Amino acid sequence: MSNVNVYSQRPAGTARAESPLFHAELEKLAGRSVSGAGVTLREKKLRGHLILRGDASDRGFTRAVESVLGLELPVALGLTAKGETSLQWLGPDEWLLVVPQGEEYATELNLREAIGDRHISIVNVSGGQTLYELTGPNVRNVLMKSTSYDVHPSNFPVGKAVGTVFAKSQLIIRHTGEDTWELVVRRSFADYIWLWLQDASAEYGLAIAA
Amino acid sequence: MLHIHCPHCGELRSEEEFHAAGQAHIPRPLDPDSCTDVEWGDYMFFRDNPRGIHHELWVHATGCRRYFNVTRNTETYEILETYKIGEQPQVTGKPVVVAKAIEGETV
Repeated sequence: MSNVNVYSQRPAGTARAESPLFHAELEKLAGRSVSGAGVTLREKKLRGHLILRGDASDRGFTRAVESVLGLELPVALGLTAKGETSLQWLGPDEWLLVVPQGEEYATELNLREAIGDRHISIVNVSGGQTLYELTGPNVRNVLMKSTSYDVHPSNFPVGKAVGTVFAKSQLIIRHTGEDTWELVVRRSFADYIWLWLQDASAEYGLAIAA
Repeated sequence: MLHIHCPHCGELRSEEEFHAAGQAHIPRPLDPDSCTDVEWGDYMFFRDNPRGIHHELWVHATGCRRYFNVTRNTETYEILETYKIGEQPQVTGKPVVVAKAIEGETV
């Protein structure tokens, strides 16, 4: 393992963590009953987000990552997932790894151990972004209002993830299930996207899941 | 609205996802310390501005965030090809302005 200073960035003990949508008090909104909601939003908050960079043509590197995560390194616009862990292609030598809350430190150590002295980079960006999960029959309509990218299943099948323009802003859209989509939102845009989604999904009925 | 093929993402994307970043294929002097002021100034500040075929650097700003090269016709805005950094363009041509000037002489 290379001589890199890796430390757990998640405070131990009783320190209170606030997700980017903390102020929206989604737990309270989740109690409301919305009849026939076409869109259900849930913030997958406080996950571990790691940016992994390395040489995709180096079989030793890809094998090491696959042995630690049990996930194949996806090719362009790909997304692989196992349980709550997902690995997404961001660029030819860059991937986004999302792991359950609190696992990012151990995962980073395991990856560095397995990858060894290769020229790679792993950066913990958990505090910089968050995940919104949208489910429901009308989610695609909401996305169509928000982005110029073609979100029809023929162009955007399950297991695809693209970074694109969204609501005059930029984020990553991930198609994780037939009626389930995820948005990777920058922390500073979290409120704006939240307000946008409320407006865009008002006509279909927006329910909040905690 | 143009659709631009990103060689990294491997598909056509909307123009608003991209930014142009100036002329492509500008090699940095291997030994900057031995450059004259003229050579360094040319490298730093002077760019071609042709009418016709032009090789440009673009970045897929909201997508994969990678730079790549574009061969574009500056008269018609037509994008003739996109290719990765380090590759050579397939489409090259004399700038149209030169070709026209030569035609003008023969007429």
